[in-house]
Amino acid sequence: MATIDVPEQVSVLADAEALRKACKGWGTDEKAIISVLGHRNAVQRKQIRLAYEDLYQEDLIKRLESELSGDFEKAVYRWILDPADRDAVLANVAIKKLSPDHHVIVEISCTRSPEELLAVRRAYQARYKHSLEEDVAAHTKGDTRKLLVALVSAFRFDGEEIDTRVANSEAKILHETVKDKEFNHEEIIRILSTRSKMQLMATFNRYRDDHGTTITKNLEGDSGDEFLKTLRPTIRCLNDPKKYFEKVLRNSIRRVGTDEDALTRVIVTRAEKDLKDVKELYYKRNSVPLDQAVAKDTTGDYKALLLTLLGKED
Amino acid sequence: MALPVDIEALDKAFSGIGVDEKSLISILTNSNEEHKKSLRKGSSKLFIEDAKGFERSDQSSIKILKHQFKRFKDAVMLSVLHPWERDARLIEKAIRKGPKHYNVIVEMACTRSSDQLLGARKAYHSLFHHSIEEHLVTHIKGRERKLLVALVSAYRFDGPGVNEDVAKSEAQILYEAINNGEKNKLLDHEDAIMILATRSKQHLQALYQHYNQSYDKTLAQDLEGEGILKDTVECLCTPQTYFTRVLEAAVKEDADEESKRSLTRVIVTQKEQLVKEGFVPNKIQDILLGLYKDFMLASIASGDIK
Repeated sequence: MATIDVPEQVSVLADAEALRKACKGWGTDEKAIISVLGHRNAVQRKQIRLAYEDLYQEDLIKRLESELSGDFEKAVYRWILDPADRDAVLANVAIKKLSPDHHVIVEISCTRSPEELLAVRRAYQARYKHSLEEDVAAHTKGDTRKLLVALVSAFRFDGEEIDTRVANSEAKILHETVKDKEFNHEEIIRILSTRSKMQLMATFNRYRDDHGTTITKNLEGDSGDEFLKTLRPTIRCLNDPKKYFEKVLRNSIRRVGTDEDALTRVIVTRAEKDLKDVKELYYKRNSVPLDQAVAKDTTGDYKALLLTLLGKED
Repeated sequence: MALPVDIEALDKAFSGIGVDEKSLISILTNSNEEHKKSLRKGSSKLFIEDAKGFERSDQSSIKILKHQFKRFKDAVMLSVLHPWERDARLIEKAIRKGPKHYNVIVEMACTRSSDQLLGARKAYHSLFHHSIEEHLVTHIKGRERKLLVALVSAYRFDGPGVNEDVAKSEAQILYEAINNGEKNKLLDHEDAIMILATRSKQHLQALYQHYNQSYDKTLAQDLEGEGILKDTVECLCTPQTYFTRVLEAAVKEDADEESKRSLTRVIVTQKEQLVKEGFVPNKIQDILLGLYKDFMLASIASGDIK
C-alpha cells in the first residue's frame, strides 16, 4: 500500500500558484514545496506541472532545479517526474556510472509490472535517443550483460497460470546451478528473464519445498563474480520485492554515512506502491520504525521530504 | 467443349497459385457423367486407374488442391485480422513448424516498427497465455534460439542521430566475427547478436554502408548461406531485398508449398512497400489464378491508398 497522504480535494491551479510563491524572490520556501508536492500523486503532479507551465510559461522542474540543491533537490527532481520517466532517469544514471549500478537496472526491470517496464523503455528512448537495452549492452560485458539485457527486454506474460511441471523442472535446474556454483548461465538467464512472475514464484516455492531453504539463502554471501553479484538481486526482486526493498533501505541507513541515492530511490519509487508494507517489514526486522531510522540519519529539507513521503503527518 | 481442351483447362485451373474458379464452373457444370469420366481418365495428375475398375482420386494431389483452395481464405484472414494478432499468430505458427520457418520470426521481428512488434507481443500474451520469448525458449533448442529471442525482445529506438564512429567500429566487429572466427559459431557470437538485436535500424543501415565501403562487399554477401543471420541483416538493412527474394522464390517453377504461402503473407502485409519499391515480380500476373489472383493484384494496386 502507498504511504503518501493525499487530500480529498486538490486544486492544481492553487498548487501551481503556491509553488510559484515558494520560488519567487530571495530564498526558497522549501517547506511549502514539500507540503504541496509531498502530498500529491503522480497524476496530480503532472497536472500541476502543466498548470504551472500554462500560468507562468516556465518549466516547473527547471525552476525547482535552479532553486534547490543537494540531496533535497535530487529527491524532489525524482519525485516530481512521471514514474516511467523517473525510472528511465534512474536507469541512465545507473548505466553511465564508471562502475555501473547493475542492481538498479535489475530493480527497475524486475519489480515493475510488464506494462510499466514497457513504459520505462519508451520514456528512455524519448529522453536519451537510444533504447534502454542498447545502452545496457554498450556499458556491460559478459554474462552479466546477457542477464541485464534479457531482463530489461523482457515482456512477461502477466497472467496467473502456473505449470507445475515447469516449476518442478526449473527448480531442479536452479538448484543444480546454485549448488555446483558452476553456473549454467544460459539456463538461469532463460528462466529468470522469460517466465511470468507467477510461474517464477511457483518455481521458487518448489525450490524451497524440495530443499528446505530458499534459493536466496543458498545464494547468500557478499563475494562472487560480477554475475553472481547481479544474480542475487535478480532473484530477490523476483522472489519477494518488498523484502528486497527492506534490505536496501536497511543497508542504506546502516552504512557509515547514509547511502542517500538508495534511500531516495526506494522511498520515491515505492511511496505510491507498497512502501507501507515495506515499513512493516522494516519494523519487524529492526524493531525500529523506518521513520525513526530515517529521521536519525538525515537532516534538513531532505529529511522533511522523506518523512512526508513516508506518510508522516505535517 | 471438346475434351482435350477441357482436360487442358482443368489442368491449368490447378496449375498456378490459387484456383481458376470460373474455369472450373464452366467445365464441370457443363459436363455430363460421360464427359466427366473422360476428364478423369485424361487427368493423370489428379486421378489414377484403380484395380477395381474406376478412376480413383490421387490423395496427394488432392491434398495439394486443398492448399490451393485455402489460399483465398488465408489471404482474407491475414488481411482482416488486427496486425498485432496477425503477426502473433504467424510467429506462433512458425515456432511450431520448425527451423525452415524461422525466417518468418525474423521477418516479424525485424520488418515491423518497434511499436508494431510490441503490439504483437501483447497480442501473443492474450492469445497464447505465454510470452513469445517463453515459447521460443521452450520450443527451440537449436543455436538459432539466442538470436531469435533477442530479436523478438527488441524495442529499437527509431530516429536520427547515428554515431558514425560507433557504426564503423561495430561493422568491424561483425567483419571479424564473420571472417576471422569460425563461421558456424556466428550464432553464438555475443557481440554480434547484441549489435543486431539492440541497435536502431538507422544505426544498422549506417553500419551496413560502412561495411560495404571498408570491405568491398556487403554484409549480406558475407553472410551468404548463414540462414537467419542473413535474413536478419536483410530485414533490418535492406528489407526490399529480402521481400523480393521471398516473392521470387514463391513464383519459381518448383516452388514448394511454404514458399507459395509466403506470397500471401508478403503481399498482404507489405502492400504499401510493394507499390513504393516496385518489386513485385512480373510473373505474378501469369502464375496467380482466380479469386486469389484478384485479391493479390487488388492488394498491390490499392497499396498506395493510405
